[in-house]
Amino acid sequence: MSTVLDPPSAEPAAEPAPVADADHPIGGDLVKRHRLSTRLWHWTNAVTLLVMLMSGLMIFNAHPRLYWGSYGANPDRAWLEVTSTTTKGYLRVGPVQLETTGVMGYWKAPDGSIQRRAFPHWATIPSSYSLADARIWHLAFAWLLSLGLLAYSIVSLVNRHFQKDLRIRAAEMAPRNIWHDIKEHARLRFPTGEAALRYNILQKLAYASVLFFLLPLVILTGMTMSPALVSGLSPLLDLFGGRQSARSLHFLAAFGLVAFFLVHIAMVVLAGPYNEVRSMITGRFRLPRERAEP
Amino acid sequence: MFDRRGLLRGLALGGGGLTLAGCDKLNSQPQFRRFLEGAEKLHYGAQRVVGGENALVREYSRLDMSPVFRVNGNSMPASPAYQALAANAFADFRLVIDGLVAKPLQLSLRQLAQAPQRSQITMHNCVEGWSAIGEWKGPQLGPLLRAAGLSSRAKYIVFHCADDSGGNPYYESIDLNDAFHPQTILATHMNGGVLGIPHGAPVRLRVERQLGYKHAKFVMRIEARDRLDNLYLGKGGFWEDRADYAWYAGI
Repeated sequence: MSTVLDPPSAEPAAEPAPVADADHPIGGDLVKRHRLSTRLWHWTNAVTLLVMLMSGLMIFNAHPRLYWGSYGANPDRAWLEVTSTTTKGYLRVGPVQLETTGVMGYWKAPDGSIQRRAFPHWATIPSSYSLADARIWHLAFAWLLSLGLLAYSIVSLVNRHFQKDLRIRAAEMAPRNIWHDIKEHARLRFPTGEAALRYNILQKLAYASVLFFLLPLVILTGMTMSPALVSGLSPLLDLFGGRQSARSLHFLAAFGLVAFFLVHIAMVVLAGPYNEVRSMITGRFRLPRERAEP
Repeated sequence: MFDRRGLLRGLALGGGGLTLAGCDKLNSQPQFRRFLEGAEKLHYGAQRVVGGENALVREYSRLDMSPVFRVNGNSMPASPAYQALAANAFADFRLVIDGLVAKPLQLSLRQLAQAPQRSQITMHNCVEGWSAIGEWKGPQLGPLLRAAGLSSRAKYIVFHCADDSGGNPYYESIDLNDAFHPQTILATHMNGGVLGIPHGAPVRLRVERQLGYKHAKFVMRIEARDRLDNLYLGKGGFWEDRADYAWYAGI
């Protein structure tokens, strides 16, 4: 809670109201929230991850099968594949086969023709089949993603953003605290006042898993698919259990990022999109007003 | 306020508000493509730093080999000259090494077998994403180029192949770093036997730090050149010319 000052006795019978000072803003205040480095990195990533995902789906279309282990080609057993018959599309994961006609494996192109590629035109860059073009996009933006993450990490260590805002303290990991946050989220009761400036444990876990797990994973598994890079970095092959396992993990990590994106957008919408998006563009954030406690 | 060109430039520079149509338009914009393709130089530089001149790719054991090694691309060149050679078990085959060399060579399979040999079990990485592990054996390319007296003007090694697609001959090219890499061999044997026609008999390039389309099959002639832009469509390889694949991919 923000500071509540008992008014000096001179002022009679006034309701004690929360009072803001420089260190303790209260609900309704417009405060500085996100640093320039965070904002720049956020929007660069928004574009980069979208391009990487969509060009990645086109690359997947060139061989829509995933394997575990060192090798994997058509004669080998795939754990996931997108396939089709002459009239239907299917996604198969292990023994489970789902019909995906109209979306995956069998869909109608804008010119009306039936296409049997894995992912449809609206999900890929470019929208018509070109492995070469998708690779040009994917590999160029891979530099933005990796160098962006590197630069952001260095800046965030130097300005102590990681230590101050993202470090998870032992008390926060207490099951009671986590369960409390889950209940608050489920009731859509988001923090108000000064507390809204601090990440709660679910936010910290989500951001930390993207920053320190999913993004490094997607970058390192991507590098593991390069025969030239693993000539100098062969431990990567052992780390991920072979090139095809790295390719599978690359795909799963990408979908982990998609899942994060969906939850992230949902939370922005529920928490007040205007205020949230403004804070990520200008850095200024209006603290939500304190609720009257029952 | 926003004409189309300005909007496209805004997209390219700011990267904001990318839409599907926007991406397709950018994709067909020569300037933006050149910008994206410029990253190829970064890939090349970074991979040469990480992999150094001579870092070796992993070699596997026989237990790791793919039970079936997928055949890709042409499995039998249509050329009558090639088929005549094949009918005679390539007894009359002569591998030509020429171009920017002091003494052009014509090597029979027996002569190739007498050159320094290397055997390696490595992974074949297709640009499409699949991979297979096989055993390859044949002479290293580097010593053959030295024997031919490679000129100091040579910058690229071009492989001219017996197969074609739609009348366009298959060819590929690599730089001297890849050409002299210890694992770059002219495979004449695969998985313990003589290299079969579907896999590129009698000679197939193995350039292990590159993707599959660089591993030219049915190699008939090896030419040292100082430039590639005046050869066929000028991009250094069949797939580079026909489908815009990167000349230097490595990933």
